[in-house]
Amino acid sequence: MKIQRSEKMNEKEKNVTPGAVVTEAGSAERNKTGSWRTFRPKITDKCVGCGICTWYCPEDCIQIKEINGKKRAVVNYDYCKGCLICMNECPQNAIEKERER
Amino acid sequence: MSVPRNVVEGSEAVAEAVRQCKPRVIAAYPITPQTHIVETLAKMIADGKLDAEMIRVESEHSAMAACIGSEAVGLRSYTATASQGLALMHEMLFIASGMRLPVVMTVANRALSAPINIWNDQQDSIASRDSGWIQIYVENAQEAYDTHIQAFKIAEEVHNPVMICLDGFVVSHTYENVRFEEDSEIERFLPEYKPMFSLNPKKPVTMGSLGTPEYFMYFRRQQQETLESSKSVIKRVNREFAKTFKRKYGNGLVEGINLEGKTHAIITLGSLTGTIREIAEEEKIGIIRIKSFRPFPAEELRELCQNLESLAVIEKDVSIGANGAVYDEVRSALYSLEERPKVSGFIAGLGGRDITLQNIRDIIKKVKSGFDGVEWVM
Repeated sequence: MKIQRSEKMNEKEKNVTPGAVVTEAGSAERNKTGSWRTFRPKITDKCVGCGICTWYCPEDCIQIKEINGKKRAVVNYDYCKGCLICMNECPQNAIEKERER
Repeated sequence: MSVPRNVVEGSEAVAEAVRQCKPRVIAAYPITPQTHIVETLAKMIADGKLDAEMIRVESEHSAMAACIGSEAVGLRSYTATASQGLALMHEMLFIASGMRLPVVMTVANRALSAPINIWNDQQDSIASRDSGWIQIYVENAQEAYDTHIQAFKIAEEVHNPVMICLDGFVVSHTYENVRFEEDSEIERFLPEYKPMFSLNPKKPVTMGSLGTPEYFMYFRRQQQETLESSKSVIKRVNREFAKTFKRKYGNGLVEGINLEGKTHAIITLGSLTGTIREIAEEEKIGIIRIKSFRPFPAEELRELCQNLESLAVIEKDVSIGANGAVYDEVRSALYSLEERPKVSGFIAGLGGRDITLQNIRDIIKKVKSGFDGVEWVM
């Protein structure tokens, strides 16, 4: 039997690709996914910018930036899920957790 | 010109068809009664007759996962299994179909445990009927050979996996006369595989992404519509095959046999058709063989059945707690007819129990006397 559509195909359905394939790279960047977070890592002044947290971050959302001539980790909270692996791995104990409000 | 007929085992006929379709990847785990198919293919690869990667996996779940992976990079892939193997693969079946990857798989139908039983019935593939795969049931070795060649074409055109079900031992291990076609003819019939999407670092895509509640139903409906539209492709490929190789199986979805002027008919799947053919003329009954169980040919069945008084469904499966799956679906399909035949259901041949000519004669007698219940043929 033919499928009886209860409504016309809307824009969303028209954009659905066969097999749910996402045809462009970088869509994860467009969709900000940091809202799940319960705890946020807070980088304190103890940070020496060694970069170990950037290697361990599963979301690849920590970068070492130069701030006032000093290297320091900067978390991109648009994508950070708050797993706190960075805090666990930091050799300087320079990362603290804060509860999200 | 065709190669002369060969006396081969059903499994060898399947392997020969697969070799001629040139899959690049074969991933499989051995299980009775499928073993001879993959064994023959492994030999073909070892002998240099087939240029494919044979992945020897640790389970059927992995076999299908490997096929999903190789299809995702755009390679024609094949696997075969049966019974417990198909059950173990169940999760991966939905992933292959959901991702619209045209894997072709042979199922040498066998009973499901417990109690453990290696013999033939169709419980295994019937239990996978909701997985979004096209399911085609074949009657004999020649049809198995022909249908595998068609299956790659159907799968790759519809972008959906296809499962070819053949009765374990009855078809897989029986020696029959099979006509093989020339490699060059098969090559002409089956075009090179062009994937819709494939994993390629030069043009990155994401496969297997998350489908949120907002989107999920759109994907399911798309699959439903794909299988619905696959009917016309299956019919067309059947016609094209008939034109090239002079062999035809009904309209590709169902086959009506000896139906002219008949008021009673038997519906069944697979090799049992051959047994019923023996006495159809003598008993004055027609046969309707469902070749494609998914997509289910409801419209075609209504057309074939509208002038019948009664219809017996004989099937080698049972949806435990309900009825035979085929019986329920046939009745459901005929319900919308103004005047519909009486439909009776017969559960038979489970776990390899023979279905004899006498069994069929008894069924016909029952049906002609107006029986319309469900019975187990013991």
